[in-house]
Amino acid sequence: MAVSFVMRKSAAVRFRHLFNRSIAVLQNHHQHKHQIHHHPISSSTYSSLSSPLFSSRFLSSSSSTSMASSDSSFPVTVHNINPKVLKCEYAVRGEVVTLAQQLQEDLKAKPGTHPFDEIIYCNIGNPQSLGQLPITFFREVLALCDIPSVLEKPETPALFSSDAIERAWNIIDMIPGQATGAYSHSQGIKGLRDTIAKGIEERDGFPANPNDIFLTDGASPAVHMMMQLLLRSEKDGILCPIPQYPLYSASIALHGGSLVPYYLDEATGWGLEISELKKQLEAAKKDGISVRALVVINPGNPTGQVLSEENQRDIVKFCKQEGLVLLADEVYQENVYVPEKKFHSFKKVARSLGYGDNDITLVSFQSVSKGYYGECGKRGGYMEVTGFSAEVREQIYKMASVNLCSNISGQILASLVMSPPKVGDESYELYCSERDGILSSLARRAKTLEEAFNTLEGVTCNKAEGAMYLFPQIKLPQKAIEAAKAAKTAPDNFYCRNLLHATGVVVVPGSGFGQVPGTWHFRCTILPQEDKIPAIVTRITEFHKKFMDKYRG
Amino acid sequence: MPPKPLDYESINENVKKSQYAVRGELYLRASELQKEGKKIIFTNVGNPHALGQKPLSFPRQVVALCQAPFLLDDPNVGLLFPADAIAKAKHYLSMTGGGLGAYSDSRGIPGVRKEVAEFIQRRDGYPSDPELIYLTDGASKGVMQILQTIIGGQGDGILVPVPQYPLYSATIALLGGSLVPYYLEETANWGLDINELRQSVNQARYKGITVKAMVIINPGNPTGQCLSEANLREVLQFCFEENLVLLGDEVYQQNIYQDERPFVSAKKVLMDIGPPLSKEVQLISFHTVSKGYWGECGQRGGYFEMTNIPPETVDQIYKVASISLSPNVPAQIFMGLMVNPPKPGDISYDQFVRESKGILESLRRRARIMTDGFNSCRNVVCNFTEGAMYSFPQIRLPPRAIEAAKQAGKVPDVFYCLKLLEATGISTVPGSGFGQKEGVFHLRTTILPAEEDMPAIMDSFKKFNDDFMEQYEDHRGYSRM
Repeated sequence: MAVSFVMRKSAAVRFRHLFNRSIAVLQNHHQHKHQIHHHPISSSTYSSLSSPLFSSRFLSSSSSTSMASSDSSFPVTVHNINPKVLKCEYAVRGEVVTLAQQLQEDLKAKPGTHPFDEIIYCNIGNPQSLGQLPITFFREVLALCDIPSVLEKPETPALFSSDAIERAWNIIDMIPGQATGAYSHSQGIKGLRDTIAKGIEERDGFPANPNDIFLTDGASPAVHMMMQLLLRSEKDGILCPIPQYPLYSASIALHGGSLVPYYLDEATGWGLEISELKKQLEAAKKDGISVRALVVINPGNPTGQVLSEENQRDIVKFCKQEGLVLLADEVYQENVYVPEKKFHSFKKVARSLGYGDNDITLVSFQSVSKGYYGECGKRGGYMEVTGFSAEVREQIYKMASVNLCSNISGQILASLVMSPPKVGDESYELYCSERDGILSSLARRAKTLEEAFNTLEGVTCNKAEGAMYLFPQIKLPQKAIEAAKAAKTAPDNFYCRNLLHATGVVVVPGSGFGQVPGTWHFRCTILPQEDKIPAIVTRITEFHKKFMDKYRG
Repeated sequence: MPPKPLDYESINENVKKSQYAVRGELYLRASELQKEGKKIIFTNVGNPHALGQKPLSFPRQVVALCQAPFLLDDPNVGLLFPADAIAKAKHYLSMTGGGLGAYSDSRGIPGVRKEVAEFIQRRDGYPSDPELIYLTDGASKGVMQILQTIIGGQGDGILVPVPQYPLYSATIALLGGSLVPYYLEETANWGLDINELRQSVNQARYKGITVKAMVIINPGNPTGQCLSEANLREVLQFCFEENLVLLGDEVYQQNIYQDERPFVSAKKVLMDIGPPLSKEVQLISFHTVSKGYWGECGQRGGYFEMTNIPPETVDQIYKVASISLSPNVPAQIFMGLMVNPPKPGDISYDQFVRESKGILESLRRRARIMTDGFNSCRNVVCNFTEGAMYSFPQIRLPPRAIEAAKQAGKVPDVFYCLKLLEATGISTVPGSGFGQKEGVFHLRTTILPAEEDMPAIMDSFKKFNDDFMEQYEDHRGYSRM
């Protein structure tokens, strides 16, 4: 029942009308599908949600205005909770995924009732859930840090490599009182931040300050923190790429700001044009929106492009010129699959231009969940904040301190990914073969899937130069669009649901990320294990052919 | 030049308003002093391992094995790990789809949530639904998430005890809501008086605030009292009458240091009362792996249980949880282990009991030493720490000390605590960070310093305090000028 919100390229205000219209559709729809329930609920007042927010589809509530007056006695019901909570949306774990979980239960209860025997989750960048193995060295160190008492035991070398033992010692010695079970400094353990700063320096060739680093439970809380800091009201806007990773739209909605979209150009491999940025910035200003920051995701999610250094220079100059904070989502920095492209951090690009702390405010996000490590469950990550006044940094510190600290295991892992084994270390060879094995396999998978998508009728797919996703465009036949309408859902959602029912493959409709009006996409991760890829390709190809045969008209 | 987006004057006002004293001025000064080489006794945060408490062996062994599952196939694994830890690690790994390195369900691993539900059922004698239990990165994250769901704007009020744990004030400020204080009665052992509550609600309503929820912290932080069952009944009745969600912060439920008032959960009392309350009063209960005899603060593990929350709202809470993908998985395993510890007959059972009892009994003794120590000091009165991890003595500051504080541009209790820090290295949190009645001053210490250090710490406190009082108190016979 997801209703696609259609984005206008011009201005946020125009989007608002569309948004409200789609909500009206939703409300009607909800009334149809209302389920009786003993708890009082009421329809929330969507019309009051007037900010030009993107991705505001509200999916789950079964609501009915007729019940609104009958009982509003519960303090917490959907009609009186925080409207910003209602407004935000997160498609990566949205409706199609919920459906997939139901099908999985079905399969368990009644095997053989569907044309597939397992659900393949290509909706989320969660590599280890699909069989990717962790890097042995990292896990050895983490295990040892959990049981520091065994470090001195004579039996330990029988189970752990010598450099893992040494690294664990180093780390434990960094922790005040060697207490791995204690809250740390709210920015993260100082010694680990030193290690990370050194890793950044080695990566960029420019100095990094450990005090600029805030360790977080994954990159997402860091993004939330920056949004909370920047957004005062719906009059404050954040420039976000479309398509975008819905964390941004959701976080902006939760914090009551406005998403100002800029479109990536699909025809040029999801290129980021400065002229487009300028146009959208001007349009937002005209609407009275004060644009505070620019989000760039590099390598791109869901689009998979890797920005050229020249393009990055222009972006940095643009931010300096316009006084925008540059929020650089660089969590896929290790995921680059094409020889002609390289990852460059925005900090390095800015410093190469000679821009220092006073020229540009830059936040770089990194995570242990992506890369070749893919340690999603650890919730480790950091942000490097540069170009902030001491006063503001204090405020960030205070926000971090309310949650005390991020989890220590994730902190340790963040330091490990920024300082992996080196030549000569006992684990070096194993580490390299694990890392290269994962990355080269990902590159092959990206290529196989991309080529497969491009052979499908009406489908075009840009190369995944980096990250973990493909974002093919599907030209849906008119009859399919009408069938979607009849099913009261967006055409891309309709396609993805059909795909799931037929193949067990879970992908996310493009409308969850935003797309040029009238175009339809889906996002598919490249993460299923390599031996499964051929079967997936066959299943998707067969499904697509049947789908097109049915609706081609 | 116009202000830049992250110039101090242009950032979110709610961020500036938010205060979090536990890591505030005192803590920063203490960290500075530590860097200068001074020995600091951090009693500002309930962070037991930082003060030398050793982690329980068994859960660490299990989680280490989950971190390094390849060890399970190693013929040498038995050299370092007992068989029941190996079995437990396999048990938890089988619940995950991809081990510790994969995002779990945004609500937490279903198998662990089931174990939590079974624990609650054993504890309370009433069924608990795993679907209504969400695992979180520590209880703080859970509290933030629930408050975010409740608070839409300034007109939404949350009843919070004063003194309170500043997580509540800080989060309410960040979210732009209104904190509606109700005072705990120090002379009645930090008792919770329903008339006081009623007054607070009426006052807030008079100001146009819709009071939506009430927070109780039981056992109390920073106040250390344990609520009686009768008192909890009154609170639930009050929430029923006033249509409030009850937020039960029960993270200290293992930390009980007296026998008259054992811990009773708000959920149990609610179910004991029966309908209509048991079907109507909305309750969210919070728990954590950071407290108790576990003290695994650094893991960031917790859960909340929802009672009488309509499914549509649960869906919304789920959606917001899903934006953060999942709580960290190692801490979810810790939570599983906490609610489902070794049983009699398990290889590790004896050691587990020895370790946990040792910690709890020592905490009980420390609570006593500390309360008695404070009460032996001049101008200091202190209620006994019945539970939790803190002592919250009242310091009766002489007028001249208050005057001196004013001159130094400090709040009087901050002034006192800074002097205490400089003189003794004891890092405490001033009562003003938690809220207190006007003109009354406190400080909070944890009871966590190692037991053997305790007498020396209390001696040095007493010496400082009595000197301080000597310096600032008018002496009898001293001529009044």
